[in-house]
Amino acid sequence: MVSVGNHPNINLMAYSEVTKVDGYVGNFTVTVRKKASYVDTEKCTGCGVCQDKCPKKVIDQAYEAGLGYRKAIYKSFAQAVPKYPVLDRDNCTFFQKGTCKACEKFCEANAIDFKQEDKYITFQVGNIILATGFDPFDARRIPQYGYGRLANVFTSMEFERLSSAGGPTGGKIVLRDGVTVPQSVGIVHCVGSRDKHYNNYCSSICCMQSLKFAHLVKEKTGATVYNFYMDIRTVFKDYDEFYQRVLEEGTLFVRGRVAEVTDAARLPGEEGKLIIQAEDTLIGKQRRIPVDMVILSAGLEPRRDAKEVGKLFGISCSAAGWYIERHPKLDPVATMTDGVLIAGCVQGPKDIPASVAQGAAAAARVAGKIQQKEIAIEPIRASIDKDRCSACRICNNQCPFKAINYIEAKDGQRAYSEVNPALCQGCGTCVAACPSGAISGTVFSSQQILAQIDGLMFLNVSGNGHGARVEEKLEAVPA
Amino acid sequence: MAEQFEPLVIGFTCNWCSYRAADSAGLGRMKYPPNIRLIRLMCSGRMDATFVLKAFANGADAVLISGCHPGDCHYVEQNYKAQSRFLLMRRMLAQMGIEPQRLQLLWASAAEGTIFDGASMAAASNMATKH
Repeated sequence: MVSVGNHPNINLMAYSEVTKVDGYVGNFTVTVRKKASYVDTEKCTGCGVCQDKCPKKVIDQAYEAGLGYRKAIYKSFAQAVPKYPVLDRDNCTFFQKGTCKACEKFCEANAIDFKQEDKYITFQVGNIILATGFDPFDARRIPQYGYGRLANVFTSMEFERLSSAGGPTGGKIVLRDGVTVPQSVGIVHCVGSRDKHYNNYCSSICCMQSLKFAHLVKEKTGATVYNFYMDIRTVFKDYDEFYQRVLEEGTLFVRGRVAEVTDAARLPGEEGKLIIQAEDTLIGKQRRIPVDMVILSAGLEPRRDAKEVGKLFGISCSAAGWYIERHPKLDPVATMTDGVLIAGCVQGPKDIPASVAQGAAAAARVAGKIQQKEIAIEPIRASIDKDRCSACRICNNQCPFKAINYIEAKDGQRAYSEVNPALCQGCGTCVAACPSGAISGTVFSSQQILAQIDGLMFLNVSGNGHGARVEEKLEAVPA
Repeated sequence: MAEQFEPLVIGFTCNWCSYRAADSAGLGRMKYPPNIRLIRLMCSGRMDATFVLKAFANGADAVLISGCHPGDCHYVEQNYKAQSRFLLMRRMLAQMGIEPQRLQLLWASAAEGTIFDGASMAAASNMATKH
């Protein structure tokens, strides 16, 4: 990340969002809203004094997953790139109460600027790669698993922070009270994934994530670990070897979906524990397993704003909300909009190696295009016969790619519409919409399709008599 | 004995979803009735009223327009345009004395090869031609 931040050809714009995209491959105009961070990045040295001196502590819902604190002026984590902090206006004492300015007082570089405002920056780019990632599944949506209600039910993100040496507990795996080391831990797979009530798809990373958790718990606490799984999907290189290793470490695997996590003790030995109720489908029995800690291995979901962002860049989402690639097998990097590529979990749930590979593929694709200095486009395009165009502009609004331009009348030339072949994707909606029949689509022209209809009606499938029926009809039509 | 009525259905399929679904029906060794004949378009938005009328004029018993599920269109939103044209075409057909249910619209995804299997297609064409 640091080398990306320092690269002279990479302009990293953190704390910003794209608000508008115009143009086409090789010629995009992008408008970005650079949100006010109240820190002048020209002056800031990234020393972190402001963060130390800020008196306001806020629970960090993002990086610390709600387990730790950050200040009102903060960097999301120590190694964050770029190194400049941002000021959280909603929690800043100065913005809320009008006094404080501790950060400004202690900043040696005079980089704090309370008057900063959002800036809109417009620039030109040739290609766009979208790699906006995913949102973790919110485990509160499955109330029977008790997350948010039962203290010692953790999500995978929380457990990641617990087990991180830089986390709020310094890497100690403890219960919500912060001191008790769990004696037994239950890990629930497929939370929010492969479940028709939530998401139908497999989130692909959770098996390995859960195995890692099992390994870490065993290594750090020696607790008894139960994994509740549907299937173990350890398909990539060295993954199954890791699964075998976790098995050999003595982790217990119960095949079955967890019905409920509860604190209502029924049997001796269950008091004060969380009871995981699940069917063990390998022995065909219901089991109640008391544990100290439950980890919900939550799945991945598309970003909440994936649809809107997709619309901004002219690409579409699948029903689940992942961006649709040009071809699921042969072209998983490009999209239907030329010049817009996707990488990582925006295309579908995937792990780090797959995301890295896809990111590298997208970058290589763009680099290749730049090297070629020319682009090849699909031959399926619409074109407008300008002599037949009545300039009614009906087609202008039909096009989702804004590929049809209206040319105003001038110098005795009457007005007409024109297709920009670089933007046109060849869907043919304008061809069907044109009341003057002035638009034709290559490969799918009206004559071609009408000829296909004729051809299909003559096709005689033996025994059903259709061919004969059509011929009779044709005879009946006067010449 | 009277020959059993077998409707002849012309299907206009979108290149990205239903045409691929038909492909995957073939890959999955599903059988779909030979009296459904598919024409590939790049998008259901390409659907022109002329095509429907031509198909009926040539003796089709039903016409099926098939596009991606709402929100799934490869061309962002053209399936909605197909839908509005479909509704318009149905009204037009009624005015011409053709039973509007003979024109059917079907949302499909590339994964839904099963919609082309014999049973569901037969059901669809029966529904379209029952009058």
